[in-house]
Amino acid sequence: MAVKSDLVISLKGIVNRFGQQVLHDGLDLDVKRGEVIGIVGGSGTGKSVLMRTIIGLNRQAAGTITVLGQRMDQLSDADRTRIEARWGVLFQNGALFSSLTVAENVQAPMREHTDLQPRLMDELAALKIRLSGLPADAGAKYPSQLSGGMKKRAGLARALALDPDILFLDEPTAGLDPIGAAEFDQLIRNLQRSLGLTVVMITHDLDSLVAICDRIGILIDRRIRVGTLADHLKDEHPWIKEYFHGPRARAAGIGV
Amino acid sequence: MSDPGWVKFTTSGSTAIWSCGGAWTIEHATRLDGDLTIPAEAISKTAILDLSAIDQLDTSGAWLISRHGKTLHGKGFAVETREGDPDLAALLKRVVETEDVLPVQPPQRNLSDKIAEVGAAAEGILTESRDLVAFFGALVMALSRLALTPWKLRWNAIFSHLEQTGLNALPIVGMINLLVGVVLAFQGADQLARFGAQTFTINMLGISVLREMAVLLTAIVVAGRSGSAFTAQIGTMQVNEEVDALRTIGLNPMDVLVVPRVLALMIALPLLTFFADMMGLLGGGLMCIALLDISFGQYLSLLNQAITVDHFWVGLVKAPFFAALIALIGCFEGLRVSGSAESVGRLTTRSVVEGIFMVIIVDALFSILFSYLGI
Repeated sequence: MAVKSDLVISLKGIVNRFGQQVLHDGLDLDVKRGEVIGIVGGSGTGKSVLMRTIIGLNRQAAGTITVLGQRMDQLSDADRTRIEARWGVLFQNGALFSSLTVAENVQAPMREHTDLQPRLMDELAALKIRLSGLPADAGAKYPSQLSGGMKKRAGLARALALDPDILFLDEPTAGLDPIGAAEFDQLIRNLQRSLGLTVVMITHDLDSLVAICDRIGILIDRRIRVGTLADHLKDEHPWIKEYFHGPRARAAGIGV
Repeated sequence: MSDPGWVKFTTSGSTAIWSCGGAWTIEHATRLDGDLTIPAEAISKTAILDLSAIDQLDTSGAWLISRHGKTLHGKGFAVETREGDPDLAALLKRVVETEDVLPVQPPQRNLSDKIAEVGAAAEGILTESRDLVAFFGALVMALSRLALTPWKLRWNAIFSHLEQTGLNALPIVGMINLLVGVVLAFQGADQLARFGAQTFTINMLGISVLREMAVLLTAIVVAGRSGSAFTAQIGTMQVNEEVDALRTIGLNPMDVLVVPRVLALMIALPLLTFFADMMGLLGGGLMCIALLDISFGQYLSLLNQAITVDHFWVGLVKAPFFAALIALIGCFEGLRVSGSAESVGRLTTRSVVEGIFMVIIVDALFSILFSYLGI
């Protein structure tokens, strides 16, 4: 099961289309173990669709997806569930189950995939809640009693419930104030280091890109261009130039 | 794949040693939790946690080790931890340094809390009734204001709700009343035949359909169909802050959302009731023709003798009152939605239950009123 391969996710020739509109056409992407990869792109270039395709919420029209050494389209349902237990997903607004408390939200994947005793499950949920930077008493609260930033942290705690190998984040810092966003970046970086996570993160936040991403994938012309920040700064593509040399990029201290 | 996690207890001189190895991951956590004990042999106060044989560690495993270390420390042991791998040590450190890990205790409820809950529920019913009356007052104010300036009414919205609550409800209302007419006639004929009074089936059918059955069944169907839709529509708008957006651009939610729905339903329900009357009499008539061996013409003439136009009006006059109640409760509950999608569901259920309940209460009041008036 624990294949120590360096490639955690490998996409080959992914095609996604909706009606006449082609979003991805022959997209290839490799994600290495232990890296933080940021995915950027203009509106409508299919960042979220790409993430949903990898985690199986959207079926690609063509191409293959290999996660942790397993071809996703060739797996039986049971094997698929086993792979799904090894990734955690943080949706844009947390997607917490509104009828459950935060602690119950964190325990939901544990109940489904493990046979832990209730006492140990309570303790582990409390640990994840604290690791995500929430106060201890947040566990008893319902999602509607939390602020936007706290919902994201609670969503992160749930994504970490089963100690995943891979963490998918959809715009983790969107809607947070700059201080909260910087804290969240640091939190993800810390957790990534201490838990040895591989992180795939969709973001528009240039500060996050600089602060925590090892590599950046840019969705452009229906493909993805992956490289370090330094590689992209040399890129002559007009959109990429605009993106990394625009006023906001300068404010974030890149492309100067 | 690494071995399942294990833990061994040994003593070396006066030192207690817990040697851990294998995969300390969430799959093995339950077993490891049970195995991590403090045996009676651990009398001396020095302990070593030897983690060098662990080849896989996740937060669950780290939590168990951290908790064990803290328990030993609490019992006065001097604890030394020997980690092998630096990554593993970093994770363990992170977990050990996380403070305030307090599992949520389910709140204990004693008798006085339960009594307090009963009181709070009763108070809730009273405040809700008061708010509903206040809402009714605000609606009457809005209606009387709009009656002076009828061009300000949202006619597009009214017609759209008329279509949704009236026209689109015709199939279900027709079907239900037709079938209930059939059942009434069949049961009536069966019972009255014992007294040789089969022909009175038509009297019973005409009076019960026109006075009660048609209007009541239609109101119940409409409460389920449209009362719930009103709550869900307005509630979803409330969750998306659309209602707040209306207020900020100077539009009164009462005029924009509530008045069109109330007026549309007050028009639609009497029309639906008329349709229900006809379908009920038709269904009952078909059954009478079959059971009593009469022609359609004879059925109509017997019906004509059995009922007066008063029976028809008694049923129909109730329809606009029921409609106002259903729409009022539907919109009121919709505007009470706050926060989550869950409250939309809860208040939608509530709106249907309250709507049907109030319709039946008011129907009973009408019966008393009509019997006083001798109609």
